[in-house]
Amino acid sequence: MPFFWRVFMKGKSIAPFLLLGVGLILAGCGGPNSGEQHRPVTVKGSDTMVILAQSWAENYMKEHQGLTIQVTGGGSGVGIAALINGGTDICEASRPMKTVEKEQVRTRHGKVVQEIPVALDGLAIYVSESNPIQSLTEPQLKSIYTGKILNWRELGGKDAKIVAYGRENSSGTYQFFKEHVLGNEDFAREVQTLPGTGAIVNAVSKDPSSIGYGGIAYASGIRVVPVRKDDHSEAVKPSLTTVRSSQYPLSRNLFFYTIGEPLGDVKTFVDWVLGPEGQKLCEAVGYYPIVQK
Amino acid sequence: MRSSGVLPYRSEVAPLPKLRQTGTLSDRIASVVIQGSAFLAILSLILIFIFIGKEALPVLTSSEVQKEASLSRLFLPQHARAGEAAEFDWQPISDTPKYSLLPLFIGTLKVTVIAVSIAIPLAVAAALYTSEFAPSWARETIKPCIEILAGIPSVVVGFFCLMVIASWLQGAFGWTYRLNALTAGIGLSLAVIPIVYTVSEDAFSSVPQAFREGSIAMGASSWQTASRVVLPAAMPGVLAACVLGFGRAIGETMIVLMASGNAPVTSWSPVDSIRTFSATIAAELGELVQGSPHYHVLFFIGAFLFILTFLINLMGRWCVGRLQKKLQGAA
Repeated sequence: MPFFWRVFMKGKSIAPFLLLGVGLILAGCGGPNSGEQHRPVTVKGSDTMVILAQSWAENYMKEHQGLTIQVTGGGSGVGIAALINGGTDICEASRPMKTVEKEQVRTRHGKVVQEIPVALDGLAIYVSESNPIQSLTEPQLKSIYTGKILNWRELGGKDAKIVAYGRENSSGTYQFFKEHVLGNEDFAREVQTLPGTGAIVNAVSKDPSSIGYGGIAYASGIRVVPVRKDDHSEAVKPSLTTVRSSQYPLSRNLFFYTIGEPLGDVKTFVDWVLGPEGQKLCEAVGYYPIVQK
Repeated sequence: MRSSGVLPYRSEVAPLPKLRQTGTLSDRIASVVIQGSAFLAILSLILIFIFIGKEALPVLTSSEVQKEASLSRLFLPQHARAGEAAEFDWQPISDTPKYSLLPLFIGTLKVTVIAVSIAIPLAVAAALYTSEFAPSWARETIKPCIEILAGIPSVVVGFFCLMVIASWLQGAFGWTYRLNALTAGIGLSLAVIPIVYTVSEDAFSSVPQAFREGSIAMGASSWQTASRVVLPAAMPGVLAACVLGFGRAIGETMIVLMASGNAPVTSWSPVDSIRTFSATIAAELGELVQGSPHYHVLFFIGAFLFILTFLINLMGRWCVGRLQKKLQGAA
């Protein structure tokens, strides 16, 4: 007999442990079923929006006792898939839903998907603080990320190879950049992909000949380059006014999606988010409030 | 002496009576639990393989998946852009998705070879030192230190590579790409060293003391004893250590995800960025529609990795067995 087992058991019966285990499992199952008047409202999707949605949920729950908002990230695609499968009340996305995806909602649920813009974001272009480049045009950005421009000298900078950083292809920011800047062309093979905007900001701050992109809320320790639509237009920095007026070329909406018109608790939350209190929090987090129509 | 402590082999004592006849209830439960956990390991291995295999199979069978990702698309060069030569490309999110596995294979191979060729000499030398030469205080310090290295979460090692090692190396050598195969390989070797060290240290310690005494009695120096007697005698164990280290290097995900740059470039240069199989699965599996070609291709990669490590382990075992036989025959 292995002696350690005997020491461990030492006359004790195994039954209490078993009972404890079974009890724990039962307790775990019992939790969510216990009847409450209000079912929690679930919000799921874009990683870019998680910090925003979380601060909305916290403040909303402080004001409305008894109502629960559950926020989870995972990426815009995860949220959209969850909406289609009926796994969430609200889907948050940093890119518009594709027509195919909207069709899927209609065939599954028989209702039209509602698109609700809730905040604005300027997709910032990051370079190292030591990089002398003054501005970049959208076509230049496209050439950099598709591998046609390889050296900063071609853009009027110093003679150094451009090291381009981007996001993983599961990110909504990746998709937005691919659609709006690359016109759906493929990224160059040499573009390095990093997990998360924070990692990109870090890498760019340490690499004098690098370039990266990401949400404006993350910009620190790096320089945000003004972007021009083309050779003739003015260079614009992302800010509240330029993003809201769409003067900044890489402005984007951040969305909530629901199946059909929002109802009940979901509607109260969405209305609150679009109201003055919710919109004020956009700026606190680092994004911009949506234009009120 | 180490060998004097060994218990007499079972044939010299009366056979143990069967458990069933003598054991109390708790004894019997205990033996069932222990047996069960041994079989659970095998069962979970089989279940994992069935699951991965099931999800990977559509790459070979489903015509819908093959439209986007047939075997020839996975292994042969494809036309990436109109008017350009056929190339190996990994661009799964695209108007025409491209799933060439070659860039990922080269990336995995490069980083594994770099990591293993840094880790194995260092770890085996350190193990030889601690078991043959080190005074006891040094052994008592070095051993736990290297073992603690194994306990550092790989995401921390990856972050350290991304922030610190990458900057040092770029500052020292001025490479274009901060994050490259060499940076990731150095980080990866930190994860491989503890495994190779621990297993080969065990191998050195289990070489009978009589070998060393005999060697020194013949007039050999302690270095000659270590390099020509202890090292060859422990070779099967050292080889097993290397195989385990190799397996760890191939499968490790977080370090390469953070420190390698993840660009699917087909190049043999060690200072170009790479994208490995495991990092690709980790980065892309998260938000895929179940049943899409991309999803099945990622599982195909998973199955490929599984079989690869299995084969390497099998080969390692075979080599170890042969060596053992040879050594016993010579003795």
